[in-house]
Amino acid sequence: MFRYSLALVAGVLASTAHAADTPRVQLTDPFSSGMWEYHQIGLLGDPADIRFDDRVKVIAPAAAEDAFNVPLLVDATALDDVEEIVISVDYGPIPKILSFFPGAAEPKLALRFKIDQATPIRASVRTRSGAWHVGGTLIDAAGGGCTAPAQAYASDDWEEKLGEIHGRLWAASGRARLIVDHPMDTGLADGIPLFIIEELRFSNDSGEELARLALSEPVNEDPAFTLYFNPERMPPLLHVRGRDNNGNEIEGTLTGEEVN
Amino acid sequence: MPSRRAALRLLAATAGAVVLPAPVFAQARHSYDLRPEPVLPGIWMIEGSTEYFSRENGGAIVNCAVLQGQTGLIVVDTGSSRRYGEALSATLRKLDLRGVSAVVNTHHHPDHYFGNQVFADRPIIALGGTMEAARSNGDAFSDNMYRLLGDWMRGTEPVPPNTVIASDEVQIDGRRFTALPLAGHTEADLVLVDAETGLMIAGDLAFLDRAPTTPHADLATWQASLDTLQAVAAPAILPGHGPLDRTGASLRQTSAYLTWLSETLTEAARTGQDMVEIMATPLPAEFAGMGAQPEEFHRSVSHLFPALERAILPRAN
Repeated sequence: MFRYSLALVAGVLASTAHAADTPRVQLTDPFSSGMWEYHQIGLLGDPADIRFDDRVKVIAPAAAEDAFNVPLLVDATALDDVEEIVISVDYGPIPKILSFFPGAAEPKLALRFKIDQATPIRASVRTRSGAWHVGGTLIDAAGGGCTAPAQAYASDDWEEKLGEIHGRLWAASGRARLIVDHPMDTGLADGIPLFIIEELRFSNDSGEELARLALSEPVNEDPAFTLYFNPERMPPLLHVRGRDNNGNEIEGTLTGEEVN
Repeated sequence: MPSRRAALRLLAATAGAVVLPAPVFAQARHSYDLRPEPVLPGIWMIEGSTEYFSRENGGAIVNCAVLQGQTGLIVVDTGSSRRYGEALSATLRKLDLRGVSAVVNTHHHPDHYFGNQVFADRPIIALGGTMEAARSNGDAFSDNMYRLLGDWMRGTEPVPPNTVIASDEVQIDGRRFTALPLAGHTEADLVLVDAETGLMIAGDLAFLDRAPTTPHADLATWQASLDTLQAVAAPAILPGHGPLDRTGASLRQTSAYLTWLSETLTEAARTGQDMVEIMATPLPAEFAGMGAQPEEFHRSVSHLFPALERAILPRAN
């Protein structure tokens, strides 16, 4: 009996050790990345229901021309009931780029980010049932985007522009586009502490929240996003509210105003 | 256990009987096949590939002009690596035993000046802005070129120009030129017009059948420079990339492409598109067939769109 329990304890210990670095669901990664299982556990919380899914489209140039501004389009409109999209890289000092909670918007987002090295990039999409669907692509890069100082500091008026928003709505195509001026310092450049926008909330005129973004360090300097709405359900205006980690408030209103 | 002698005999027999494949470390050293083609009396052109940098082409994508000077040959632009400069030096001794007497760099991009190292003891002439930009960007360019070209770059160190050129009428190794200090492709673009033949060496202000590149471009300034070059009405133009141009087509084509690029990006910003969506835009037929497309269009979207878009979208607070 004693011997039996010892074996049981050893068995439990072994399976616990196993669980620490092996996810509950082991997937066949199309990119054979050495980091995906780690992120599946660490970024997504080791979900029990997860798969790679071609319906999640992640589109980017094959090579990053500008490591500070890599464009990315994530499109999960082929899935229903999307609640959250986690966008991340496998390789880089800070893997998570952002979480997008589309709410009343389409589960589709255009963004830019800073890249530190060649890496797979993933969009992990959680639906209402708790199932995760993961899409991705590969980006080659010379790198250095995350560990360099913001380019804003090359000019001396960056503080005056902090939090400036440029953007508008296009009702016919259901687009809302905005650029927010912010250095988005990763904290990885020598002597420059973390300074990022942490959150952007989008609401209609009656204050109802329509969509939300939770930003991490790798989002590009002067973050630029396109949100997509069903044109029939496009609000006539969109309030943008957010804050950075130094408590600066960000506030603006996107309308269908003609461009300059 | 066989004796040592027996083992050696066995080894010798095996070596005699089997032709072993050449081990990887014995692969032939990468080498450039540079062919100076005569284009006008006393002038040769080494024409580069119209592709982007690759480990197949070793970065030999640039055009070099070679002109007879009084004490040797004048070379305009020196290629992408130390090894390219060495090949240039060796090849040109077949045209003039005295070799290269002076070097000119049209601008500070690495495919135009990374062969300078081989000619460091000779005058390397450029605009002052080019010298400064080569000094401040050289190391970053070098990192990227090693990444793109690998072993082709072995031993290459960026050597900036060492002599600032005067403008207007200049003499280089006894040969007379008009030097035009222009800009637009970069912040300092030198164009030389050869007094004897009228040949215009346009650097990267002119491309022909190869997509123009824009990493440091200012499109409006570039167009103004192209107007200046049109007015020269040169009988032949040696573009930075692409074949020799005897009709002025390189200036017209470069201008038309930059106009299209600017209009396409402006319209995209006005309709709320982001960079990935713009990159999916099919190129018009007249530009789709250019060398290095659509890659250069995609690169240009990255270079130009963020600033252009910010200027176009209205303030929202």
